Amino acid sequence: MLISASWLRELTGVDASGRDIAARLIAAGLEVEGVHVVGEGLTGALVVGRVLEIEELTEFKKPIRFCQVEVGAENGEGSTGVRGIICGARNFNVGDLVAVALPGTVLPGGFQIASRETYGRLSDGMICSEREMGLGDDHDGILVLTPDSANPGDDVRPILGIGDQVLDIAVTPDRGYALSARGIAREVAIAYGVAFVDPVDLAPDLPAPSARAVPVECGSDDFSACDLFTLSTVLGFDPSARTPQWMRNRLRDCGMRSVSLAVDITNYVLLELGQPLHAFDVDRLQGAVIAGRPAEGELFTTLDHVERALVADDLVIRDDRGAIGLAGVMGGLDAEISDTTTNIALESAHFSETVIARSSRRYRLSSEASRRFERGVDRTLAPYAAARAMALLLELGGGEYVGMTAVEAPMTETVIEIDADLPARVAGMSIDSQRSIELLRAVGCVVTEVANAGNSLRVVPPTWRPDLTDPADLVEEVLRLIGYENLPSTLPVAPAGTGLTTSQRIRRRVGTTLAHHGFVEVLTYPFVGPEDLRQLRIPDSDPRRAMPELANPLSDEAPWMRSALLFTLLPAARRNIGRGHSSVQIFELGSVFLGEVSNNAIPSMGVDQRPTAEQWSALESALPHQPLHCAGVLAGEIENSSWWGAGRVSDWSDAVEAAREIAEVCGVELCARNGNDPMFHPGRCAELFINDAVGEPIVIGYAGELHPTVSEDFGLPTRSCAFEVDLDQIIAAAPAVRPAPVFSTHPVAKEDLALVVDASVEAAAVEQALREGAGPLLESIRLFDVYTGPQVGEGKKSLAFALRLRANDRTLSAEETAAVRQAAIAAAEAACGATLR
Amino acid sequence: MSAPNSSFDPKQVSALGEDAVNQMVAAALVDIAGAADLAALKEVRLAHAGDRSPLALANREIGALPPAAKVEVGKRVGEARARIKDALTSREEVLQRQRDEEVLVAEAVDVTVPTTRRSLGGRHPLTTLMEAMADVFIAMGYSVAEGPELEAEWVNFDALNVPADHPARTMQDTFYVTSQDSGAVLRTQTSPIQIRAMLSRELPIHVVAPGRVYRTDELDATHTPVFHQIEGLAVDEGLTMADLKGTLDHLAEQMFGAGIVTRLRPSYFPFTEPSAEVDLECFVCRGESVGNPERPCRTCGSEGWIEWGGCGMVNPRVLRSVGIDADVYSGFAFGMGIERTLMFRNGVTDMHDMVEGDLRFTRAFGVEA
Repeated sequence: MLISASWLRELTGVDASGRDIAARLIAAGLEVEGVHVVGEGLTGALVVGRVLEIEELTEFKKPIRFCQVEVGAENGEGSTGVRGIICGARNFNVGDLVAVALPGTVLPGGFQIASRETYGRLSDGMICSEREMGLGDDHDGILVLTPDSANPGDDVRPILGIGDQVLDIAVTPDRGYALSARGIAREVAIAYGVAFVDPVDLAPDLPAPSARAVPVECGSDDFSACDLFTLSTVLGFDPSARTPQWMRNRLRDCGMRSVSLAVDITNYVLLELGQPLHAFDVDRLQGAVIAGRPAEGELFTTLDHVERALVADDLVIRDDRGAIGLAGVMGGLDAEISDTTTNIALESAHFSETVIARSSRRYRLSSEASRRFERGVDRTLAPYAAARAMALLLELGGGEYVGMTAVEAPMTETVIEIDADLPARVAGMSIDSQRSIELLRAVGCVVTEVANAGNSLRVVPPTWRPDLTDPADLVEEVLRLIGYENLPSTLPVAPAGTGLTTSQRIRRRVGTTLAHHGFVEVLTYPFVGPEDLRQLRIPDSDPRRAMPELANPLSDEAPWMRSALLFTLLPAARRNIGRGHSSVQIFELGSVFLGEVSNNAIPSMGVDQRPTAEQWSALESALPHQPLHCAGVLAGEIENSSWWGAGRVSDWSDAVEAAREIAEVCGVELCARNGNDPMFHPGRCAELFINDAVGEPIVIGYAGELHPTVSEDFGLPTRSCAFEVDLDQIIAAAPAVRPAPVFSTHPVAKEDLALVVDASVEAAAVEQALREGAGPLLESIRLFDVYTGPQVGEGKKSLAFALRLRANDRTLSAEETAAVRQAAIAAAEAACGATLR
Repeated sequence: MSAPNSSFDPKQVSALGEDAVNQMVAAALVDIAGAADLAALKEVRLAHAGDRSPLALANREIGALPPAAKVEVGKRVGEARARIKDALTSREEVLQRQRDEEVLVAEAVDVTVPTTRRSLGGRHPLTTLMEAMADVFIAMGYSVAEGPELEAEWVNFDALNVPADHPARTMQDTFYVTSQDSGAVLRTQTSPIQIRAMLSRELPIHVVAPGRVYRTDELDATHTPVFHQIEGLAVDEGLTMADLKGTLDHLAEQMFGAGIVTRLRPSYFPFTEPSAEVDLECFVCRGESVGNPERPCRTCGSEGWIEWGGCGMVNPRVLRSVGIDADVYSGFAFGMGIERTLMFRNGVTDMHDMVEGDLRFTRAFGVEA
């Protein structure tokens, strides 16, 4: 809500600057986002001019006017002061009053006016448009003042309100009343401690209705949606009457354009009192004007020329022929007033907040009216506002008032019982209950102390504060007016805590571990689309294609929530490569989203009590599984080249190792076997798994070299690598306590074995066989060489293992060592067809 | 090798004489002292202590001497040989030490060459900042609570006293999942974690909840559709707004240093009543840019205050929706933007830097923002 300080001063009698008022309002809880000065930057002489002559210059590319303008004796030539001024606008006539910037004047934006030769004439000043004076965006022509409203040579500033300060207030959804000069002025009056005269209490100067005609009838078919409807009729209004400049200024300061007198008056009263009004052309109405529900599917064309199919949940204003307005949201084309309308019926009504909010949301139509209705308009305001508007119409446009028709449902009064010391208890400081009562009365509440009920107060909030429904709301009113800055500051003591959970601690360590291994953490947007998945080679049948889809994505190219971190991590790698990083090592720890969400998937529940266990578990199970994953990409050199020699390009094994280190942080052994994920090189992809309590493998991710086309499509170096693991699964397998190791101090016996196996046999399988064969005397085993070549023959490979044998209670004899070695070889032979090389 | 012994050789007598032996020793000592390095000393050792050195040759003659002379000459030659040997040993030690030192000098390197074999990694400053903020509360006995990013609308809105048709629903531009009727949204705030905490924990409750949230804002220098907040919630008997103020003051001091000034400004959030915005006094201009166009402040836009987050006393309606007796218990809650905090605290000027994942940005923070 934009509002000028001068308007607030007029309504309150407070003599303070706009900035000072802004500071007080901020402290009272109205968020003033800024204060700007009307025509800021304008200096020098800006005077009223009367156009005396217009010479049309036609020899130029566009028509140009050379005007003789009377600007006052002291400002120009001759006894009346005349200046010749070139002007490109055409929206004025001889005799019009215009705003003239004299040479030496500086317009907003630093534009200096000087006498200058142009279009073959000496132009001795400038006739200004609104935009040139910094008053708005209107640049369709120059600003023409109301006829006879001023004399040539008069200062234009006070006429146009230049120099006034305008407050920009972001009104929170609870404070609908603050979307009006009336509501803000009340806050100003409270903030400055002055008595507030409510403009509604000033009876408008409205004549008794003429008996010559009858006003248009009105009605409401549904009091739950429209509990107050008034229709006031004026006949013989002069449609050519002009809006006075003061009203134009106020509309302009509030960010509205002047349209016509009748429309301007409806807007002015809306801004002044907060009551939306709608004007119909009486001659285009047929029968009574009724608020009611439309037929399902009824077609209706709104003012913006859009035909809409209505639903029965909407509320329309209709006459005998059909809908003429979408109540509280937007009028219809058919019964709209035009610039020739002389007979006007003015709707001033009260509509249900939720009905208007739903319609506004349904059609994505947010209007000045709907913004106010959905926040709550004063339930009793409609007749006052109608009278105010009628009085202005008659005063400024003439005509004959023929009366108001109205229907109204009985009003229910809100009563809040509150302990007088509740504000003090909530604040944590002592507040005199009389002070609380005083402040509640200042905001308009009727407060009575309940006899024989201890400290209890009976509070009836004012009709313009439908947001005040609970004791807590009243507490806020008291505390905000006392001033939050006056609250004490105390630090409460919480019970002894338990610190981070194991999972939370592990997550931090995983991040730190990866960072120490050279990975840089990124936080990518989790949005993915079909093109991403195509580049990632994810087939249609892949279960990861089942992802939640956003109804309103930022981009139609990325409507899904990722089911794997790599979907969004690879684009981040691409961006870094694109920015000139030759190698990239990044990781992300984040949620993935598994499965689709169907429509009406999650049942709604009430909020009046705690959900039942069944309701809560239904809600939980309807949400998609969202495990925490950890993924990384390695592209290019993992070790740099420099004076020590060549660098080392990362390979599949670095990716597997990173995943293993993550598991190691959790105290979980991660195993790898050859896997097949479409994103990866089919021969260089490890499927990662952990063993559950009974030794069954649980696959928790993949690591390896990316598929060559994936690397290529993402612009990554060839043989870029990646990994992704389900961190939740690893954490779930983490031991609560790690047992201490038992180790022997007896001498170690070392045995090296080179075994030849088929090339297809996995090293891990051979190692496993050796472990089993060697038995409990095996302390450790390590693969230290892999050889393929002529010495072992085609289709074969040699795997060399170093075994360390040790007993807990003795030094192993040569015989024992040899026996273990033989047993290990025998086991590898049996399990993998291995032969000793 | 040597010539046959002849007991009548007059030279032999002179060779074993005291003067002759002393001369041999003197010559040896001169050569030993003159040996410049271990190679030269080796030559000297050969010449004066080797098998064919004058003293060695002389020694062989002793056997031919009469018994009476044997003892005396033997002693003289033995002492001479010992002196030479000692001199050789001590000279060798000197020369060895000298050689070792020369090797160390020769092995010197240029320690200014680069040593970075592996580039440094780093954790995202938003992550470490969230941890640092959470740790302030852990130290006060709070726990870290969590919840899903794709959340039920009931938890994100209804239970937080944001009714379906209330304009507060449109205060935050919500990402809906599947459709507006699915009942699922991307959480627009960390506040739904309040609901989860109150439904799952025993009273009293003291939790913080850092996390990722979503709103349909386009990315620009100060907005991002995906951002982070930290939520705080305390529910206990007798908690007051003064307690809220003190808790926020403590957090502000931990994050921005002693002397930071906070301000609570009345505002509106459906889930708190009374509600407030938490502002920080601009720590760049300390408010001196307000109304002072000569000294504009970019950090606070010459407002003097920086909006940090929202807070308030938990609305009794919220307590009711999770079955907590609002007549017995009261609570306070607050939420701060992590991105905003990082911007103020660490001087990040453009939101793009936080979301684009450029290695240079995160590396600069290492593992602690």
